[in-house]
Amino acid sequence: MATTLQSVGLTALGGLLWSGYSDEVKASPLVLRPPGALPEDDFLKACIKCGLCAEACVNRDSNKKKDGSNRPGTLQMAKGGDHRMIGTPFFIPTEVPCYMCDDVPCVPVCPSGALDMPSLLNEKKELDINKATMGLAVVHKESCIAFWGIQCDACYRACPLLDEAITLEYQKNERTGKHAFLLPIVHDNVCTGCGLCEQACVTEKPAIFVLPNEVAKGRAGSHYVKGWDKKDQERVRDAKEIKTKNERSEKEAADYLNMEVEY
Amino acid sequence: MKNIKYLLLRRVTQFTLLFLYFGANAYGWHMLEGTFGASRLFGLIPLADPYTAVQVLASGFVLGADVLLGALIITVFYMVVGGRAFCSWVCPINMVTDLANWLRRRLKLDKDEVNYRFIKRRARYWIMVLGIVVSAVVGVAAFEVLSPITIMQRGIVFGFGAGVSVIIAIFLFDLFGVKNGWCGHLCPLGAAYSVIGSKSIVRVEHNHTNCTNCMDCKVVCPENQVLHMINKSSISVTDGECTNCGRCVDVCNDDALGFSIRSFTKK
Repeated sequence: MATTLQSVGLTALGGLLWSGYSDEVKASPLVLRPPGALPEDDFLKACIKCGLCAEACVNRDSNKKKDGSNRPGTLQMAKGGDHRMIGTPFFIPTEVPCYMCDDVPCVPVCPSGALDMPSLLNEKKELDINKATMGLAVVHKESCIAFWGIQCDACYRACPLLDEAITLEYQKNERTGKHAFLLPIVHDNVCTGCGLCEQACVTEKPAIFVLPNEVAKGRAGSHYVKGWDKKDQERVRDAKEIKTKNERSEKEAADYLNMEVEY
Repeated sequence: MKNIKYLLLRRVTQFTLLFLYFGANAYGWHMLEGTFGASRLFGLIPLADPYTAVQVLASGFVLGADVLLGALIITVFYMVVGGRAFCSWVCPINMVTDLANWLRRRLKLDKDEVNYRFIKRRARYWIMVLGIVVSAVVGVAAFEVLSPITIMQRGIVFGFGAGVSVIIAIFLFDLFGVKNGWCGHLCPLGAAYSVIGSKSIVRVEHNHTNCTNCMDCKVVCPENQVLHMINKSSISVTDGECTNCGRCVDVCNDDALGFSIRSFTKK
């Protein structure tokens, strides 16, 4: 009886330590996943850490050098010390970006469903790498020399979705009065987060870089409606007025706005 | 040669499998791709680790058919044929703990009573169940975030990084801490294979009439509680904790131990 109690107690102790550790190692939001990866929380559940995606990536035909050997693959398997969930695939654009292969070799090999093939299928039911949403390129304008007025379109040229994911916006340079700014603008509905722009960026530390969607994107919330957008306006077609009733609403707005308020 | 027949066979098997896995990444071979979590044999047949699959299911994710089928294939193989053979014929950590155990005998550490007995052999079954519970609570396959087995295998295939410290830790634990500490007391995957393989047909059989009670087998056996019949009765080792490593068969000079097919009829 006493030994069973001891076993149960020690198991509870182990469970607390183990849960705490597992929960901590899960939290690494600054990580870029392969194309088609489920949202990070689901991805960490689903990924069985087999490495088939990384093997398909490094051994793809387009990765062969002339002598038959391979270049380093895009996808790495997280090792101890990488500070990402161990054994899961990720990539670092400045080292090797995702080249957005037409045949997407990394996704169909995934046995567990962590890389979700249906999410990459187009209307013709073909794999379409342009549907990938690995992350979003973000420009830091203070270090981007194009924003200084120096001519540079390295990221724009490097983008596989040229003139779609990154466009150049022309602006007059008022400082000189006779030159133009060619400003890179990223479009988040097109950008896949491949990172070719980040790798191509000429500044010492890239002024354009890919962040995971969860980090890079804000969210307006469903209560903001684009009244000028017919489709968005549809969302509130059947909306009913909600009358808020509280202490304040008993008076007219003008009354309490004119009142002195103590903070 | 006679004394290391099965040891050599096991090492050849372990190295061959690891080399095939390594080649799948390094040279693009399609013999055995992936890692233990999930693999593909000949670019076609899915294989998967049943304990990992159960953890992922417990975390609340409905796994792809490939992994489920693969886990079924592996389960059936060890359940019917291999027993707990994964541990001694496939797992790379086995080489680490075997080395630690050999050194431990060489350094006569157990003679000086430094064998810490605070962990019971049945601890692994608690850990096995706990791994599934923690997976469900935290929402991630819990053993896979620290499993030295897959850390070592991925280390061999993709590069170790700081993961090598985990392997050294296991080595030190088995050498200076608990005898057969990792494989025989803690590893939940070994526990899972003990359960899965407990009724398998390939078994070590003891011939009591040939036995001279030298106890060499019990010295080398990493799970020597399964050899309770030595010099007592001529029966098979039917305990699921036996890893079918064959070291006892190797070291027996009296022809009292050998592999056989389990007999299901009572003698």
